[in-house]
Parts: sequence; structure tokens; C-alpha cells
Amino acid sequence: MTRYSAWSVIKNGFSGQKNWSRVWRDPEPKSEYDTIIVGGGLHGLATAYYLAKNHGMKNIAVVEKGWLGGGNGGRNTTIVRSNYMMPGSRFFYEHSLKLWEQLSHELNYNVMFSQRAHISLLHSPAARDATARRYNTMRLTGTDAEIWSLDQLKGAVPHLNYDNARFPIIGAAVQRRAGTARHDAVAWGYARAADQLGVDILQNCEVTGVRRGNGKITGLQTSRGDISANKVGFAVAGNTSRLWQMAELGKLPIESHKLQAFVSEPLKPLLDQVVVFGVGGAHFYISQSDKGGMVFGGDLDWYKSYAQRGNLPIVQDVCEAATSILPCLGRVRLLRHWAGVMDMSMDGSPFICKTPIENLYLNAGWNYGGFKASPASGWYFADLIANDRPNPVIEGYNLQRFERGVNIDERGAGPDPKLHG
Amino acid sequence: MIRINCPFCGERDHSEFTYGGDASIVYPALDASEEEWHDAVYLRENIRGMQSETWHHVSGCRMWLVVQRDTVTHEIRSVRAAHEDYAKLFSDPAEEQS
Repeated sequence: MTRYSAWSVIKNGFSGQKNWSRVWRDPEPKSEYDTIIVGGGLHGLATAYYLAKNHGMKNIAVVEKGWLGGGNGGRNTTIVRSNYMMPGSRFFYEHSLKLWEQLSHELNYNVMFSQRAHISLLHSPAARDATARRYNTMRLTGTDAEIWSLDQLKGAVPHLNYDNARFPIIGAAVQRRAGTARHDAVAWGYARAADQLGVDILQNCEVTGVRRGNGKITGLQTSRGDISANKVGFAVAGNTSRLWQMAELGKLPIESHKLQAFVSEPLKPLLDQVVVFGVGGAHFYISQSDKGGMVFGGDLDWYKSYAQRGNLPIVQDVCEAATSILPCLGRVRLLRHWAGVMDMSMDGSPFICKTPIENLYLNAGWNYGGFKASPASGWYFADLIANDRPNPVIEGYNLQRFERGVNIDERGAGPDPKLHG
Repeated sequence: MIRINCPFCGERDHSEFTYGGDASIVYPALDASEEEWHDAVYLRENIRGMQSETWHHVSGCRMWLVVQRDTVTHEIRSVRAAHEDYAKLFSDPAEEQS
């Protein structure tokens, strides 16, 4: 495999860019692996990479039913931030942001991470007080956070709708280290780096059954044949319940819902930051891609679904929110919209934990937060699989927390999965 | 857009309705064990395929409905009133006798 550098670009330029090596291999499945990760999305690929890199494990496979990053890895609005307050989440997401800051160098692959600041608009003194409490809590443990005055905000983002009687803007809560990244590049970067460490990435390999014996998982039945495994990790957000039922484990505190994202036609540079607008039932977040498209999203489609396509009332809702906060977008044409299937959990927080089967590990329940979490999710899931115990940072992300009444409900919405947006 | 055939109002866009959730959940008695309550409140079968679910016709007759819908294709198999007693109140007595 070629190590990417300025020199490699120049060298390949002399041969018309025709002699680049494959980015990752396309191996045939072996009959047995020490560890199999189910799901070739960002979390599964990151897990395989850190298993090999941090824990020196060998003989690892990632099985993916479609193509890499074809699920939620390619179906999100690419926002990366760590503005979480609950102790169960704050350290985890901050660790993730720190990994993002080094990720392009770590993977020798440009994930186009851009720390352009994440600006949450504030619309009432009560919201400002609550947010100040949240952001001050973050600062106590080393996460950067600022509260901006209206003048400061107007200086940074001059073209918001400041003359809005219904949703007057009074300031903003800002995390400067937050930003966006190129989602496909993250999948490809982790896949390439994992492949270089010997991980077999098996695409078009759908799990159709889970083989059990002596209280353990002995292997997986797949569309490319039976594969034995000593340890198995599930990282298949959206379809976790199906796989869980294949392993005959019953019900989970998860519902599958779909979340849409949108991109407009490319525009000249308009918005330098990520802007979030959420008040009075509206929920909207927007940034501009390097190509110029406005990338934005809003609420879930509000009913349970496994369909990866969005409904029209939400298109209307999100576009209404867009024009109410950025009226300058009124005549911009929508290029496309797409929907990903989210694992919406009962408290809005994920699961990285052991399961009732001793050699099966679960990574699921990412709600809206999966993209930004992927480096740390892989990091701690690999740590869990390698050491067979949860790291203290993710101890709270277990399946027993509802029985024990220690839910990690950042939004305070209660046990209704569709409300944890 | 999903079209839901409300037994009281006729076929309407789903945007007139609010999604309630899994209609198969039956809450246990108030003095049931914590485990039973935990299972009812927190655990879901999360069916991929045909499931029964509740919808509230919030911008119409405000009745709760039980809808059988496929969670992959969004095809609706049946719609009925969630509370049979209400359905009877609103049904035409002449029709019932015939």
C-alpha cells in the first residue's frame, strides 16, 4: 500500500495518476477469525482499527452486508462536537473530539476535519441560563465553551434573521473546536488503516444467522459462508434489534427511526460555521460543505421505520426552519435529501457493553450522535473487546441502566425514543 | 406521505396524525414487579415488517387509532379505533342492525 504524502502525489503525477495501489484489499472470507465485527460503518471500522492498533490483536474481520459507509456513515450531516454535560457522556465525547483533532495524521488519510465552530442560537433568557450552566460544566472538565453576546454573534454570522419577532436571537452558545468532517473519508480512512494492519474487510457479506453453543457464540452464518469466531462485536446501528433477535436475545431498549438530511445546490462561501437553531418545536442545523452545498437537517420522521427514505412533511418542516433563520436561502434549490435509520434508545444515550452472551459485545443506540462519536466509540469498543471489561469512561453505557434508574438522558425527554433528538 | 384511512374521517395524510408507538405494549398492574414495569416501559421488539402501532388523529377527530403498518415499505394493512366503545358510539345504529 502507498503511504500518502506530497511526494506520492508528485510521483504518481508523472505516470498520469494511473498507478495508485488499491486502497484496501478485497479478501475471501476465512473459515475462522479470532474477532469478527459485524457492521462496516464508521463504528465497526474504527473498532477493527483500534483492536489492531491499540491492542495488537490479529486475525480480525469486519463483515458488512453492503458497501463501506453505505449506511449511516454516508447518511448524516457530518457535525462533530463535544458539548455534552452529563458525566456519563462528557468525557466520552471530549475524548472523541481529541481523536478527531489527530485523525487525518493518525490514519494518513485526509478526513477534512474542519474546526469551524458550532454555534447554538439562544432565544430567551431562560435558554441562555440553562445553556450557561451546561457550558460552564463542560469548561470545568476542560472542554472549550463560550457564551456569545448578540453583538459578537452578529459580527461572526451577519446574515441570520435578527429581525425575527417570533424567534428573537439574543446570543449564542459556542464551541470553537467543534466543526465538520468529510464522512466518506472517515470510513475509507479507517478501512484503509485497518486493512494495512491486517484486518479483513468483507463487503457484501450479510449476516443471516448466529450460531450458538455452550452459552457462547461459535460463529456467524453469512451470505458468503459460515465463519467461526472467538469473539463477536455488533456495530450495526439501525438494525441492532434484528441481529439481537438472530442471537435469540429478545428485546432491546431501542427503536429504529429514520432521520433525514439535505444538501442544496453549491453556493459561493456563505456560512463559515455550524449553526444550530432549536426553539419552539423547531430543530435545525446547517453548515456549508467545501463544495459549497448547504448541508442541513432537522427532526426525525416521527414514526418508526426501517426505510432509508424520508417523508415530505419533514422536508417542509426543515425548509421552513431554514428560511425562518436564514431567509437568504429562500430561493436556493434543494439538490437531494436522504434518510438514515437510527437506533433511537430510551434515554438518548448509546450502548457500548457486554451482553448476556460472554463472547458477544454490543455497540448500538447512537441516536443523532453517531458520526461525531465514531472515533471514541471504536476506541472504547475495542478496549472492551480486548480486555473483556468496560473502561470507566463508558461504564454508564450499559443495558442495565434502566433497571437501576441511572439513565443518561441529556435532553431530559423520558423513555420515548423519538424525542431524543 | 403515508395515507391513513381513519374510520371516523376517511383517508387523510399522515401529517394530520401523531405517532403514538408500539400498540402491542400492555402495561402491567400498578403493583406489578419492577421487572415487569421495566420491560413494558423500556424494552421494544422493534419489528422490521408488519407491526401494530397507535396513531392519534390530532388534527382531525382526535381519536386514537390502531394501525397495522409495515415498517419497511410503510404499507398499511388495517386501521381501527383504539377504543372499541368509542367506535360503537360513533357508528350508525341502522347500519349495525342490518
